[in-house]
Amino acid sequence: MGHSDLSRLVEPDRVRKEVYTDPAIFEQEMARIHETVWIYCGHETQVPKPGDYYTVQIGRQPMILVRGKDGKVHVLYNRCPHRGNMICGDRKGNTGEQFRCSYHAWTFHHDGKLKNIPMMESGYAGSRLNKDSPELCVKRAARVESYRGFVFASLSSSGPSLKEFLGPSIVAFDDMCDRAPEGEVEVVPNCFRVIQHSNWKIFLENQLDALHPSVTHQSTGRAAHEVEKMLAKKAKKGEVPLSYHMLSAFATVTIDKWDNFQTINYPHGHCILTGYMGLRPQDPDTKAYDKIMIKAYGQKRFEEIVGVNIHHVLLYPGLSVQSPLQQLRAVRPLGVDKTLTEIWHFRLKGAPEAIYRRSLAYYNLVNSPATMVNADDLENFWKCHTGLASDGGDWVSFARHYGRDLESASGVVESAPSMGTSEAPMRNQMKAWARYMGAR
Amino acid sequence: MKEQHAIEQFLYRQAELLDAKQWQAWIDLFTPDGVYWMPPDASYETWDGQPAIFAEDKNLMTVRMLRVQHPDAWSQRPLWETNHVVSNVTIQKKSKNGDLVVTSRFHMMELRRDDVRHFAGKYTHHLKKTKKGHAIRLQRVDMTNAQAAYDYVLQVWV
Repeated sequence: MGHSDLSRLVEPDRVRKEVYTDPAIFEQEMARIHETVWIYCGHETQVPKPGDYYTVQIGRQPMILVRGKDGKVHVLYNRCPHRGNMICGDRKGNTGEQFRCSYHAWTFHHDGKLKNIPMMESGYAGSRLNKDSPELCVKRAARVESYRGFVFASLSSSGPSLKEFLGPSIVAFDDMCDRAPEGEVEVVPNCFRVIQHSNWKIFLENQLDALHPSVTHQSTGRAAHEVEKMLAKKAKKGEVPLSYHMLSAFATVTIDKWDNFQTINYPHGHCILTGYMGLRPQDPDTKAYDKIMIKAYGQKRFEEIVGVNIHHVLLYPGLSVQSPLQQLRAVRPLGVDKTLTEIWHFRLKGAPEAIYRRSLAYYNLVNSPATMVNADDLENFWKCHTGLASDGGDWVSFARHYGRDLESASGVVESAPSMGTSEAPMRNQMKAWARYMGAR
Repeated sequence: MKEQHAIEQFLYRQAELLDAKQWQAWIDLFTPDGVYWMPPDASYETWDGQPAIFAEDKNLMTVRMLRVQHPDAWSQRPLWETNHVVSNVTIQKKSKNGDLVVTSRFHMMELRRDDVRHFAGKYTHHLKKTKKGHAIRLQRVDMTNAQAAYDYVLQVWV
């Protein structure tokens, strides 16, 4: 896409509707963004044993995340070099010593190298192919890097390293892992998958939209608050499960209060929403956890770790991390108007069971396919996408608090004090989008 | 035979209350410690401390009911209806605490706006005998499509 086309589509405080609805633009953004930048593939603990694999979509490319015999994690295209057959038809499993294509029994090592072709010597004598031909290997992702167990792949051989790409947003993984007394997390082997009938960017724009919770989720917030009050009357102080608070906050934190949150926006489109949701109560479970943490880290470092004030970290273009609750949502665009989210949660290694259950409650209530929260988000996303496809208007507006954000010399943009509902994250994402798509 | 009939009638009523959106009457079918559980996978043996699509005691059921009834539950405003069919009702055994364990199969068709979805699977009911008849201690719902990606989400109990 040329420079002039892009400047026509994206302005600093508004974006043309076609950015969300045009299938041709979708194809371009898959090529220039998702199939170029670092995309989250999975956590190393998803594939603990040699041969363990998960299939994963990067842009339009079906890929395999696999643990090799050498202990290394590889990311391969899910395509046999012979006739193009997908190698893994299952979503997950263990492939044993090798991959074996179901069509003509070509076999491959876990790193993609050819192992054997039936009757190779007689079949390929004199042909352009021999055992060492690179075109007989399963193609590998151009680059694979892992940070604290979180595996990313880039399908482009050039570009910033994973650490450079993540920049200060790397705190998403540090915050999650540091909260574990052993400094590591372990995936819980269950992934919830939910399909949204909307463009992938609509989901990302909602992640750090501090204006929407008290509107979209008020029904659940109020319902939870009613039951919370009823339980509090019956119970002794502090005995109402924290999970009710997670839900009732949507109603008790009214729309005006969300301005107290803050967003910090980084180059590459990443963004942090601050605000901790009050997850440091002084109940016996938290106190027991604090004790173990202080033993592991010392008082000073402990205070630093639990003092990190993060609600959400958005890693553009495909990952939303809630580090204090040890969950993440990976975004897999399936089409211009169809998006899959894969939702995972993690255990803090060395932390008491009660701390895991806190994270589990959030996973079940907010992120399960029977969610009482995202149900109304998904309804909005579908309505947004359908409305945008109409001729009822040409623009999407991101003008809230435009011109009032605080921009530093390094390009970091913070929402101004008491302007947490600034649409800075959306403006920042579209700035990154335009840069990836070719505008300067 | 008499017990089989009584239990079938009870399960039909359970399904009928869901289809009729009689949420409070449906919640009242449960014992005070009753749980509605939909595991993400048939291999799960308990709802406690593990991921679950639903794992709700009566308090959480009440949250869900109040939410669905709230005028600003946006996704609940458009037309939606369900139709359950329950069959293959089999009394399996008495569990240690005297509850009757009953399995059955269900098929639920859901209409949302113009879209139809189908959910099917197996119910396992742990039923307590009370003076007023049966009450549900546990309703386990193993959906055949539990592991498939959800096109949109589930809003109320299946």
